[in-house]
Amino acid sequence: MLGGKTSNPMGVLQIFVFVLWSAAASEAAAPPLGPTNIFAPVSTPAKSIFGLSIFVLTVTGAIFVVVFTLLVYSVVKFRKRRNDDGREPPQVYGSNQVEIAWTVIPILIVVALFMATARVIADIQKASPSANAIEVVAIGHQFWWEYRYPGLHVVTANELHVPVSDPGHPTPTFIKLLSADTDHSFWIPRLAGKTDLIPNHPNTMWIDPQQTGIYLGQCAQYCGTQHAKMLLRVYVQPRDEFDRWIQQQRQPASVSSVVSEGRRVFETTACINCHAVAGTVADGQFGPDLTHLMGRETIAAGAAPNTRENLRLWIRNPEAIKPGSLMPAMELNDQELDALTGYLETLR
Amino acid sequence: MSTDAIVVPRTEPVSRPLVDTLHEWVTTVDHKRLGALYIVYALLFLMIGGIEAGIMRVQLIRPHNDFVSPQVFNRLFTMHGTTMIFFVVMPLVFGFANYLVPLMIGARDMAFPRLNAFSFWLTAFGGLLLYFSLIGANGLYGAGNAPDVGWFAYAPLTSRTFSVGHSTDYWTLALLVSGFGSIGTAINILTTILCMRCPGMILGKMPLFAWLNLVMAGMVVLAISPLTAAQLMLLVDRYLGGHFFDTQAGGSAVVWMHFFWVFGHPEVYVLVIPAFAFVSEIVPVFSRKAIFGYPVMVAATICIGFIGMSVWAHHMFTVGMSSNANSFFVLSTMAIAVPTGIKIFNWLATMWGGKIEFKTPMLFCIGFLFQFLMAGLTGIMLGAAPFDWQLGNSYFVVAHFHYVIVGAILFAIFGAFYYWFPKMSGKMYNETLGRLHFWLFLLGFHLTFDFMHIPGLLGMPRRIYTYEPGRGWDTWNFIVTIGVFFQAFGIVVFVANLMWSYFKGRAAGSDPWDAWTLEWSTTSPPPAYNFVSVPEIKSRRPLWDLKHPDDPDWKYE
Repeated sequence: MLGGKTSNPMGVLQIFVFVLWSAAASEAAAPPLGPTNIFAPVSTPAKSIFGLSIFVLTVTGAIFVVVFTLLVYSVVKFRKRRNDDGREPPQVYGSNQVEIAWTVIPILIVVALFMATARVIADIQKASPSANAIEVVAIGHQFWWEYRYPGLHVVTANELHVPVSDPGHPTPTFIKLLSADTDHSFWIPRLAGKTDLIPNHPNTMWIDPQQTGIYLGQCAQYCGTQHAKMLLRVYVQPRDEFDRWIQQQRQPASVSSVVSEGRRVFETTACINCHAVAGTVADGQFGPDLTHLMGRETIAAGAAPNTRENLRLWIRNPEAIKPGSLMPAMELNDQELDALTGYLETLR
Repeated sequence: MSTDAIVVPRTEPVSRPLVDTLHEWVTTVDHKRLGALYIVYALLFLMIGGIEAGIMRVQLIRPHNDFVSPQVFNRLFTMHGTTMIFFVVMPLVFGFANYLVPLMIGARDMAFPRLNAFSFWLTAFGGLLLYFSLIGANGLYGAGNAPDVGWFAYAPLTSRTFSVGHSTDYWTLALLVSGFGSIGTAINILTTILCMRCPGMILGKMPLFAWLNLVMAGMVVLAISPLTAAQLMLLVDRYLGGHFFDTQAGGSAVVWMHFFWVFGHPEVYVLVIPAFAFVSEIVPVFSRKAIFGYPVMVAATICIGFIGMSVWAHHMFTVGMSSNANSFFVLSTMAIAVPTGIKIFNWLATMWGGKIEFKTPMLFCIGFLFQFLMAGLTGIMLGAAPFDWQLGNSYFVVAHFHYVIVGAILFAIFGAFYYWFPKMSGKMYNETLGRLHFWLFLLGFHLTFDFMHIPGLLGMPRRIYTYEPGRGWDTWNFIVTIGVFFQAFGIVVFVANLMWSYFKGRAAGSDPWDAWTLEWSTTSPPPAYNFVSVPEIKSRRPLWDLKHPDDPDWKYE
């Protein structure tokens, strides 16, 4: 009766890498096995990592195949036969040559892997912003993302917009990572590896996405109750669209007399303690900036689509969408809720 | 003279009151009894930790499930990790070491029997303290109940700002208390091995099991101290106005990580090196050959011990260390693969040319070999820092470390259970049930942990109570959860086998496996004094010398 595995997981893994990769090669047309597949990079850091990963997987895969085969062979070939004579086999205590061989060869493999790895570490960590790089400051909060574009005077939340980068004339985005409370981690697999946001320990990362589209990710360092729904959305846009978005984000909040009741509710209850709406008295810093709330496709850091019903529900009872989030239920009656939601919907 | 006045004393044993038996167990200082206490304690917590895992996997069987709330889920993964590492695997490791080391080196007990007992009860109390949090940790809203900060409790999540109430304190204190128990046992193991070997047993002639436990004990002493220091600093932060890790007052979250992982990485070697010890004793016996390359195995283990103290920040590749620091830890992490690989090759060479018998202990050790190989290779992938920037903190890491802890360590521990159960209980276990356990658990293990790598590759982070549909993770999570049921069933078979065999198994005799180390030279179970007379040995396999007087080992060593 044989012991050991009945499948070859490493082989399966190798096959998967190639499937994921070839799916990614035609990714412009079809989605590559999932929108957060690390083997479908569209940005230089993710691509460097992808290249290294193929090398590492090939080396470790080869080691696996060799050792696995030897293990299977030994378990089969040297099993005790039914007609065994009961004598002990020859006792072999060791062999210096063999020990040297299987020490030296792994050392060489380690050296090769280390050199390849050190090169990629340097490529990614030693890059510095070029003159035309976009600079963003990302501040992690429990459980949402604050984004500031200091050079462009824009403050927003949860949905990051960056311009697409032409490989010939790259326009990367450099992101400074800070935290207002606990540890977080910024991870969009198709754009870059993850980097943590640690309070009192600023970090920097960069991306240069070469294809437009929406890229998904989420917080990757346990930060409390709603770590699971601190989702990330990055919108990579053609340069002119990005510039238009920036212009729009710089405007103060649009004002409409139709929703003055809703605005009154907003500005006279505790909303303004946490939220900011540019051009009004609302200047809270604890929660997301709402000046251009309706420009976002989701609310609550991706936890729900940005619809009237969800907005109303979120304000009435955040626990229904994101239990444990730090937004309190505002204890408003139905009329106040309707008016307030109507007001928020004008914040484009 | 009349004879009817003579009273003949009774010779049957008088049944003793239960209280007497319990008192004997509670006050014992016998290394064998303490070993059994550690092992039974660990098995109970294995059930609890396994149930915690089962609940989590049910929650994750599909996206946006609501089997448990996020608060409960976060407590579950914290308790599962803390329980399994500190109150399952470590007690199992110490239990087997306690039971077997004195027997294998021809000693009558450990060097410090009362310290031995004290250490066990500290560990036991630590576990109870951790679980007392379920009823004792009431505090402000959101604070009651078990700790929910993750088993590595990163700052500043553990500060009183973000962890209100006392749940974190139960975590801190439980580890603080059981840490002293661990150090006590480690000192005992070190002293026993260094000072109490029987005549003729120079260090170069003691069983590999003793060598590996020696290295493990050294690492415990080095590794637990930074953990204890970190726990004390955390308590100072939380209650005495300290700011070690209080980032809002200038403290450092990264310093907690360094302290924790300086403990945490050697800790995993503390867990795995005894697994190597089990395999190094079982594989030779069931291959009918001496271990291949004994001196190299010793040297490789010592290398692992040293290098293992220098790799800790590979748990921190995403934290934002400099490229030089990252590169250093890549090099040390990959370097440790060399002695580890050497050990795998030596076990392979031991089987090579042998006559392998596929009894249950050997089945589990063969599983260990395949699975530890795979686990080591995924470890190399994680050691390539940029690759870790993608894979780190994802389900790929969870799959990797469970491959080590379950696929390698737990499999080796199961092998050890079956191998030494006859010695400890005097009875043979049921071989058919043992094989059933192996195949069920093997199937469940691979369903769960092979497929768990894939969501990691597809971007799924760890420690999330639910996940979004449409990311390509759903099917894999479903398969992962299904595997849990097979593993649970396997464990039920295992426990049933042990319990039934303990009462109804056939007598094992002193040497059911035709093995070669000293524990098989005494009765099953051994008497309280272990050996009728202290053994004198001439080689690494004293019983081989006795059984083969024409061809003894000492002629070739």
